[in-house]
Amino acid sequence: MSRISVKVNGTTYDDEVEPRLLFVHYLRDRLGFTGTSVGCDTSNCGACNILLDGVSVKSCTMLAVQADGSEVTTIQGLAGVRAGDGPPGGGDGVAEWHPLQKAFSAEHGLQCGYCTGGMIMSAVDLLARNPDPTGDEIRHGLEGNLCRCTGYQNIVRAVRTAAAELRGDTAAEPTTEVQA
Amino acid sequence: MSKIDPEELAEEVIEHHALGHPDGHDKSVGTSPRRKEDARLVTGSTNWTDNIVLPGMLQMAVLRSPMAHARITSIDVSAAKEQPGVIAAFTGAELADHWAGGLPCAWPVTSEMVSPVHLPIAVDTVRHAGEAVAVVVARDRYEVADALEFIDVEYEQLPAVVDLEQALRDEVLVHEDKGTNRTFDWPFAAGDIDAAFTAGEVHVKSRYFQQRLIPSAIEPRAVVVAPIAAADEYTLYSSTQIPHILRLMLALTCGVPEQKLRVVAPDVGGGFGSKLNVYAEEAIALVVAKQIGRPIKWTESRSEAFQATIHGRGQIQDIEIAATRDGKVTGLKVDLIADMGAYLQLVTPGVPILGAFMYPSIYKFDAYQFNCTGVFTTLTPTDAYRGAGRPEATYAIERIMDDLAAELGMDPLELRRRNWIAHEEFPFETIAGLTYDTGNYEAATAKAVELFDYEGLRREQAERRERGDSLQLGIGVSTFTEMCGLAPSRVLGSLSYGAGGWEAASIRMLPSGKVEVVTGTTPHGQGHETSWSQIASDALGVPYDDIEVLHGDTAVAPKGMDTYGSRSLVVGGIAVTKAAERVVEKARRVAAHMLEASEGDIEFDRGTFSVKGSPEASKTIQEISLAVFAAHDLPEGLEPTIDADSVFDPENFSFPHGTHLCAMEIDTETGRSRIHRYVCVDDIGNVINPQIVEGQVHGGLAQGIAQALYEEAVYDPEGNLTTGTWVDYMIPSAADLVDFITDRTETASTTNSLGVKGVGEAGTIASTPAVINAVIDALKPYGVTDIRMPASPERVWHTIQEAKAGNGQGHSTPYPHTQSAQAAPEASA
Repeated sequence: MSRISVKVNGTTYDDEVEPRLLFVHYLRDRLGFTGTSVGCDTSNCGACNILLDGVSVKSCTMLAVQADGSEVTTIQGLAGVRAGDGPPGGGDGVAEWHPLQKAFSAEHGLQCGYCTGGMIMSAVDLLARNPDPTGDEIRHGLEGNLCRCTGYQNIVRAVRTAAAELRGDTAAEPTTEVQA
Repeated sequence: MSKIDPEELAEEVIEHHALGHPDGHDKSVGTSPRRKEDARLVTGSTNWTDNIVLPGMLQMAVLRSPMAHARITSIDVSAAKEQPGVIAAFTGAELADHWAGGLPCAWPVTSEMVSPVHLPIAVDTVRHAGEAVAVVVARDRYEVADALEFIDVEYEQLPAVVDLEQALRDEVLVHEDKGTNRTFDWPFAAGDIDAAFTAGEVHVKSRYFQQRLIPSAIEPRAVVVAPIAAADEYTLYSSTQIPHILRLMLALTCGVPEQKLRVVAPDVGGGFGSKLNVYAEEAIALVVAKQIGRPIKWTESRSEAFQATIHGRGQIQDIEIAATRDGKVTGLKVDLIADMGAYLQLVTPGVPILGAFMYPSIYKFDAYQFNCTGVFTTLTPTDAYRGAGRPEATYAIERIMDDLAAELGMDPLELRRRNWIAHEEFPFETIAGLTYDTGNYEAATAKAVELFDYEGLRREQAERRERGDSLQLGIGVSTFTEMCGLAPSRVLGSLSYGAGGWEAASIRMLPSGKVEVVTGTTPHGQGHETSWSQIASDALGVPYDDIEVLHGDTAVAPKGMDTYGSRSLVVGGIAVTKAAERVVEKARRVAAHMLEASEGDIEFDRGTFSVKGSPEASKTIQEISLAVFAAHDLPEGLEPTIDADSVFDPENFSFPHGTHLCAMEIDTETGRSRIHRYVCVDDIGNVINPQIVEGQVHGGLAQGIAQALYEEAVYDPEGNLTTGTWVDYMIPSAADLVDFITDRTETASTTNSLGVKGVGEAGTIASTPAVINAVIDALKPYGVTDIRMPASPERVWHTIQEAKAGNGQGHSTPYPHTQSAQAAPEASA
């Protein structure tokens, strides 16, 4: 067994883990962060994507021991908590969605939603590196995330919409690019 | 981060996406409110089956055959049982007495069909790689995986049979006791075929190959069983499309009383037909949980899914069409060989038979002859995959229409115009015996041609050909229709299907004025919670946000036929409207009593009952709900409820149609292809939620295009799946697809009260031939007349080289596409 200390969605956890334990199983089975899902066993689908020290990684492709000392955000830690006159503990307890979460819903960038958590976490990373990506850059930036429902068109649209909001560019309209 | 105000967002979304209701949105139907499903899906709060944790729950794992065909000469699980944390282990022989029956096939397409017993775990013979041979239960997923390694199995390998025509020669028998691999022959004939082929002097004949596909829902299958062994009671959670059908079938297979089994489909991460089945692991988990009396979870790994979840397609299609010199089709002959795989799963034999009715498509001609032969192979069973029989049929007819157009030197659109059913001819009985209620092929085609700039692209194509450009352009046409909305029960009965095709709905009016809609459909991405709320909102005059849709649990929604075959809206959605109408009628009686008026004088408009002529005397439906709950003063003889149920059985299928146009750009030096432009105009009748419809079309297109360009299950001659992961089996990523131009015409269906048609499979059915027709059209200057799917860059390049050498018949490879020592493995990207 190995001892790890890892901060996940704002809370630090100290745990004994088997050296072979996959990080995604640590997140799901040990900590209960089941918003991070597993779609494959070959690092193809990206359903398990998380942010490890701010960078998007596939949590099925690393061991829990490799996360020792890191700070991790999963899809369940992405939404903030709205400040305001709420119950003790701060805020009114209503989740304040990340612009990508809002945009995926508004633009219908998901259907069954199984890939969505990982897709959004990849998009967070993509927009951190490139705040104003073209449709083509989004398509290549999300190449490591498979979706079987949407055909990706509305995912691309959602990422563009969220990018505009993150840039503070409220006038930006989602656009459908036509390949000509 | 910014605040989210759901109301503001909903308004925003409605404004942004509303189509066809410019008159101020007094109806929810026709608009696109934010999906109710999304709040849990975008925040990671979803309840997937694999998320379920129960006290004392154990993990199950299945040992699978590494061979396609073998006799089990010995099997020993005793060492596995000794491993740390292992609670139990069973061989197939040890569980053999626990089955009340084999895994079901509900569609015996002929009375003589060969239907071998399919036990959930093999006892003495395995018939495809990946078939279960033993099962272990341990404390967690790592221990159980370790324990599998300690099971000792010895096999005596038997010859595999992977080629359909070879299988029909019966040299290697998949089920020795049956004496043949031929599962059934299903013929159909209408009209005088010889006369039709004499009248049409131009004959075009082709052989097309429908490669096997792997459905690849991103959520792998998973099962959790919670037993109360002492009471012989069980709750089974499964990532399934069909909790209701599953409950009945598992009761029959596992000998559990149906009333003691509750089946729940929690949130389900995609299906596409692959979760329309009764699987070995569901039955095994139930029987093992019954044995050991503790909750059990099984979660499929993706590598297991490739071999243990059904495959789609897998057909050889021989098709011949006859037409007059001026392009009037006179007759059609189709001869299919359909790959069943090693066993018959739930609807395996019915899949190609559904296709039988779709070969005539939108065309009028005098004679049609069809035969389908089902055949066993030592491969993973096939079954319904998005479209199920109709994509195969549509591919073949739309491909041969383009071939015929080429033979006649006619524009492929002009050939279709000369043969399609004109809009004024509906309802129209086709040569296959279906009655199409409505359609307008002219309107959809005209709109598509304009959006596509058909003439402009033809000019560009001519210019590129003229200058010998290495980047050639091809244009492909697919004017499709399909039959969906499974289905009228009497039709299913006439096709020997084992169940009906009705759908159930209930509406429960809560005392607070809120509403529960209970549906027998089981969504797994389609957004029924949203669309059914929209339908109920309009029918009851209750706000969209006050409605909750309940589904997917046989204890909550006890009656249902589930979700597949683009049936949910056209059958289940209509049941919701009918139940709502009954609620309104019951409430009208209460309103009359409360307002001291006669029932005939009560008007209902958007949630309010009022007395004709004095609108100030009124009661809302919410007030009536509360009054009925209190039940202090109800009309004489009225039970204290205005809740209502409906079970709707349609009179006919629905027949969506559309025109898809694809322009492919092909680099003739490298074989690389790219979608240059894709336009589709679909006619799915009236639309409940335009945004959801657009999403269904996009996703359908992606899967149909993937069959054309990317996907193929490849087996070696020993029956090993060589495309066993997503590394080798390429499902497209965002970078492999483009933005599609989608639009609609709306010709209302006349077979249901909402005027709607199915949309779930349309994109998949239509797009495959549009893409391949475009690829072939691009390569015409080289003399190419055919290409095998998927038209990968390597295959396109080979096809060009062969055509240059004088053989334009496409890259000839046996079926299934097998690898030999000489041939380089197919690149999948």
